[in-house]
Formats: sequence, structure tokens, C-alpha cells
Amino acid sequence: MATAKHTIVALVEDKPGVLAHMASLFRRRGFNIDSIAVGGSELPNLSRMTIVVDGTAIMVEQVRKQLDKVIDVVKVSDITGDDMIARELALIKVKANSSTRSEIIQIVDIFRANIVDVASDSVTIEATGDDEKITSLLHLLRGFGVKEIARTGSIAMTRGNQGALKIVEKISNVRVKRQK
Amino acid sequence: MKMTGGQIICESLIKEGVEVIFGFPGGAVIPLYDTLLQYPQLRHILVRHEQAAAHAADGYARVTGKVGVCFATSGPGATNLVTGIANAYLDSVPMVAITGQVSRPFIGKDAFQEIDITGITLPITKHNYLVLDPGSLANTIKEAFHIARTGRPGPVLIDVPKDVQEVQADFKYPTKLNLMGYEPTVKGHPAQIKKASKLINEAKRPLIIAGRGVIVSQAYTELKRLAEVAQIPIITTLLGISSFPESHVLNYGWLGMHGMAYANMAVEAADLIIAIGMRFDDRATAKVSAFAPHARVVHIDIDPAEIGKNIRVDVPIVGDVKVVLNILNEQINTIEHMDWIRQLNEWREEHPLLQIRDFDGILPQYIISKIHEVTNGEATIVTGVGQHQMWAAQHYLYDKPNTFVTSGGLGTMGFGLPAAIGAKVGRAKNDIWCIDGDGSFQMTIQELATIAQEKLAIKIAIMHNGYLGMVRQWQDLFYDKRYVATPLSTPDFVKISEAYGISAIRVSHKEDVIPAIERAMNEDGPFLIDFMIEPEENVYPMVPPGGALSEILEEPKNEVEVWLRQSTR
Ligand SMILES: Cc1ncc(C[n+]2csc(CCOP(=O)(O)OP(=O)(O)O)c2C)c(N)n1
Ligand SMILES: [Mg+2]
Repeated sequence: MATAKHTIVALVEDKPGVLAHMASLFRRRGFNIDSIAVGGSELPNLSRMTIVVDGTAIMVEQVRKQLDKVIDVVKVSDITGDDMIARELALIKVKANSSTRSEIIQIVDIFRANIVDVASDSVTIEATGDDEKITSLLHLLRGFGVKEIARTGSIAMTRGNQGALKIVEKISNVRVKRQK
Repeated sequence: MKMTGGQIICESLIKEGVEVIFGFPGGAVIPLYDTLLQYPQLRHILVRHEQAAAHAADGYARVTGKVGVCFATSGPGATNLVTGIANAYLDSVPMVAITGQVSRPFIGKDAFQEIDITGITLPITKHNYLVLDPGSLANTIKEAFHIARTGRPGPVLIDVPKDVQEVQADFKYPTKLNLMGYEPTVKGHPAQIKKASKLINEAKRPLIIAGRGVIVSQAYTELKRLAEVAQIPIITTLLGISSFPESHVLNYGWLGMHGMAYANMAVEAADLIIAIGMRFDDRATAKVSAFAPHARVVHIDIDPAEIGKNIRVDVPIVGDVKVVLNILNEQINTIEHMDWIRQLNEWREEHPLLQIRDFDGILPQYIISKIHEVTNGEATIVTGVGQHQMWAAQHYLYDKPNTFVTSGGLGTMGFGLPAAIGAKVGRAKNDIWCIDGDGSFQMTIQELATIAQEKLAIKIAIMHNGYLGMVRQWQDLFYDKRYVATPLSTPDFVKISEAYGISAIRVSHKEDVIPAIERAMNEDGPFLIDFMIEPEENVYPMVPPGGALSEILEEPKNEVEVWLRQSTR
């Protein structure tokens, strides 16, 4: 069966071991994790993870269920099919001299990226966008000589009030119940 | 109230209804053990190896339905628990394991006997904790017990640094839990249940496959009602044995690699499978692509991750078996399936595989059936892993609920003796028989000392074939009889047993089998019988590895050879 990229978002409690546990569930089944990004969420003590993996729909659904069983995982969904916004941040350090600098600046402008540091022989560019945009930017910059790249990996949410928002509803329901 | 960490642990265990702990001390748990002195209501049973502590807690949990508890020290104590924890994990057994850890300042420094046991057990526990704050101990223990016993049960490990056991903290047992990410679905979805009832009411050849979930949920009467009202034949999984009386007219044995031929044939012919509290393990389904080819599948299980994992399911119902069956039963019509039942009965008569052939030597099947007779079918049977396990599953007739204790998912040799300890502690008044192999027995033989020390009246029957029999059987059938590393020399089990202070006899003649079993029953204390069985007896029927359930081989050898020749595998 064909594999495809899947974007999985999860809300997890800020506890040690959650990340390792989630990663191990993928590792066990031979999944390669394309990227994993962890940060805060709209709720205190809960982190939000975005995991991008390559796999068959059935395999990914099986792992999603396993992730859901992890006690510290509050909610997890595969938002791949949904209408979603995915962004990542990249820092790219490119070789630059007086003759190439203006060309680089042009490219950066077209991609609505920023130059955040300038040195005698390089510039550092900050870019946000989806995977495709970052990849095409990188492609254009390679010709100048890329010295260093750091990418955060994708973070994602669904558009409008569908999908991921359900997570919040579920949590607030739990909260309400517990307060009673 | 201020208490030490050790006291908080003991107080919390008592609040959780714990009466017995299986354990083994060491440097990192001395403070906890020291506080046990103040809590005589907590019975501590000293095992001889931590693996046995986990298996005993497992056996105890299976027969009582309560959470089994074990203690071990850090490092080697904790790693010795690992097999037992994995065993409980795969068979969904509720357990709380408490391990000592090096004191907080030493963590992460490769200190003496420091091991990352929460890391090691991450994939084999339902959840685990390293407690760094003494103030959170009580809450952690409450959570651990809740997680272990609810939903799909499983083992939870709590790692407690030595200094956390010593320092004082406020103790107040929490009344509330705060587990945002844990809320097992208990009630099945009404629309799904409705769909299931429709399929059941319309089926011509329905078949129930009952698993251990029925036992965990104690849904015996609900299951029986469903079967009787809609006249649905029941087969079980290996771990589902004793979820439904085996002498009931609707019982057709159990399925799988060494299951009854007619049970496997029923799966093949059914037009509706109602799978209840089971997980379609590969030893049960055999070749998945050929499993139940004519059937729609209703799958009831509390673990959503089990649904659709191995087998395509038409109607998934996530929920507690008892709760779901109660609602489902209200929607089921009184139906008859006499043609189907007649067909199954015919198959059962044509394939009376469990008949024991006439033989001068001692057949293990004969021994098991005699143990059944002498114990009136009322004993709880605990087994090791191997051929003897299969014979014990096949030839004892399990009519009483939850009377078969075996290692299914992990297939852990050495499980039998320590699990029997747990079973006896949990069911002191019942007859507990440990049916073990000569190989399995030697993996945890040291527990004879525990049995002697605790005066546990366990009856041990060793199926002594001088082989790692199950592996030898595969070598016999699929590796041209090259018996590599399976012949087993054994010490004199009778002398060993007596050296441990447990009376024992050897039985080498068929006519001595029954008297020996009777003697074991009459003996007040523990008793061991070393049965010298037919060495190269094989377990049949058998679905060859890679084969479909319908390819089950009933007659030894020649049939296997034919199968092998035809097979392209
Ligand atoms: C810990 C462990 N090691 C190895 C195995 C593989 N294995 C399965 S059955 C078996 C033979 C068991 O021998 P014995 O206990 O004498 O039982 P028998 O089959 O002879 O009845 C072995 C080695 C296992 N299941 N567990
Ligand atoms: Mg043997």
C-alpha cells in the first residue's frame, strides 16, 4: 500500500518521558519521523506536538491509536486530510560577498523571508512557511553555498473551527467535569 | 500528617485494599522494607528471584481480579522484574511494581545499582513513574492503581529513590484523580450495538469467540445469556478458557494453533464472528488472510487500538464487555440455529481429537484428564509454557470461571511455579495445580523455597519428557528431527523437592498415575509429582506455522509430511 506524509498533532501533559514514549511507538514499527516539533499550547501544563511521518494510512492510524493510549497524551489526531495550516521556521546561513549579496536579498524578498544577521562573508536568513516553500527557498540558495541550516519541523493546525479545535473542547469538557 | 515516604507507600497500599506483596529486598528499598514492620496487615512474601515476584503478583491478580503488587530493589532487582512485567503487559494483568532507585543526588551518575528502569519498562508498562517529590507519592500510587485496574488492565511501575522513601512529607490520601489523558470508554456506542444486534439477529451461522476480556470484566452470565438466547455456539481463545463452561452444550472448545479442529472449522464456516474481549493474536487466527473468510466481524473490546489491528472489523464496539453485553442482550431475539449446531456437532464427532489413545506408557494427556477427574474439575490450573501447557489447556475440562492461568502473549517459560504461588495466596481454599514442563520448571525452580517457607499447599505435576518438548516437536516436524539443544538432562526432581522440604514422588508406570494424584490431594501441604511421560509425544491437533486454521493437522507425522510436500512455504 502507498505511503504518504501524515501530519499528526497531539496535546500532551508536560511530563518526563512522554516524548520518548511517543517516539518509541514509531520506532518500533520502523517509521521514520520526518519532523517533530514540541511547544506550548493554549492550555497550561499541556504541550502541543506536531509529528510528520511517512507511512500507509492503516499503519499511521494504528500508531495514532497507540499514541492515544499513552496516559500522558490527552488527545491526538491525524489532520492530514483536513484543511490545515502548516508552518515551519528555518534559519539558513548562506555564503555572501559584495557581488552576491544583492541577489540573495532579492530572493529573500520574493519569499518574504528576512535577513537576521550579516557578516563579512555570509548572511543568515529567517524564513517561515510550509515545507514546500522552505524547500524551494533552500533550493535557490544552494547555488550561493549554504553553510548551515536549522529547521524547526512543521507545526500545524486546521483552519476555521473544525478539527484541532475539538481537542480544546474535549479538554475543557474534562476540566468542567472535574470541577464539579 | 507528616510521614516518611516508606510510610506513605504502605498507607497508600492499604487504602488501595492491598493485602499481600511479593518481593525481594535490597539496598535501595531497605527504608521501605523497614516500614513494613509497622504494617503487619501487609503480608510480604519473600520470593527467591524478582522475576517470580512479578509472576506471583500476576497469578494473584488473575485469580482475584485485584491488582497484584511486587517490590524489588534498584538495578538488578528491577531488571529481574522485566520479564514478569512484560508478561503481565501482554496478557493485560493489573499489577503495580514498586522499585527502589538510588537516592536523588545520585540519579544519572551511573551510581551503584542505578538503572533507568522507567526507560527500560516504557514499552512494557501501561504507565510508569519516577517519583522525585515525596509529596506526590500518595497521588502517584492512587493514579497507578487506577490505571492498572481500569480500562484494559496492565502493569504500572513506580520507581522510588531511596531518599524519597526516607524523607518526610504530608500524607493525605487523595480522593480525586487528575488524569486528563486517561478516560477508558466503558459504554459501547449505542448505534454500533444496534448494528451488531441486527447482524446477530440475521446471522445463519454465528459464532462467538470469547477472550480473557470476558474474565477480566466478569461477564460470565452476560455471555451465557447471549449464547443461550440467540443459540450461538461459543469457542474461546487460549486465555479465554474458563470464560464459559466447557461442558455447556454451546461450547466448542478453543481455536488456534493447537486448538480443537472443530473450533477452527467453525471459524472457517461461520457467517458472523462475534469477538468478545480478545485481540486476534496470530497464534489464534493462524494465517490472517484466510481467517473467517465467510464471516462479518463484530468486535467488542475495551481497547480501541485492538480494533482493526489484525482483522478487518465490520462493527467495532469499544467498551467494557459486561456493560456492552448487557445492552446488546436487550436487543437480541430468541433464535434457533439448529442446522448450524447440528453441523458443529457432526464435526465434533468426526474429529474427536481429544480422545486419548490406548497406550502402555504414560501419556501426558492421560495424566491431565486424571487430574481433572480426581480434582472434580474444581482445581485452578496454572501452567508453564510448552507442550504440557497445551495438553493442560486441552485435556482439563474447565467448567468453573477463571480457573486456567497461563502465559499467553509472552509465552514465558518459568511462569508456572511462581504464578501458582500467587494463585494459591489469592485462592487459599482452592486446589491449585501447577502443571509444568521439566524445562519450564527449571527456570524458576528456586521458588520451591518460597512455597516451603510460606507453607503453600500447591500441587506440582511435572510432565517430565526430558526435552524442551515444544521446540523438539518443531524440530521433529519441520527440521528433520535435528534435535539441537532440546534434549534436557535434569536433576532428580524428587530429591530436589525433598531437599526443599516438599514431599514428592516419581511416577513411571501408568497404573501409578491415579494413586499419585490422589496422594497429592490428600497431602495437607505442597506436593510434587515427577511424571515420566512418553518422551516424544507431540501436541495435536496443530496448524503448521504459516498455515490457515482450516489446514489443521489432526493425525501425527504422515499428515504433516504430506502437508510439507504440498506446501510451497
Ligand atoms: C523464557 C523462554 N525461553 C524460551 C522459550 C521457547 N520455548 C517455548 S516452549 C519451549 C520448551 C519448553 O520445555 P518444557 O518446559 O520442558 O515443556 P514441554 O514442551 O517439554 O512440555 C521453549 C524452549 C520460551 N517460551 N520462554
Ligand atoms: Mg519438557
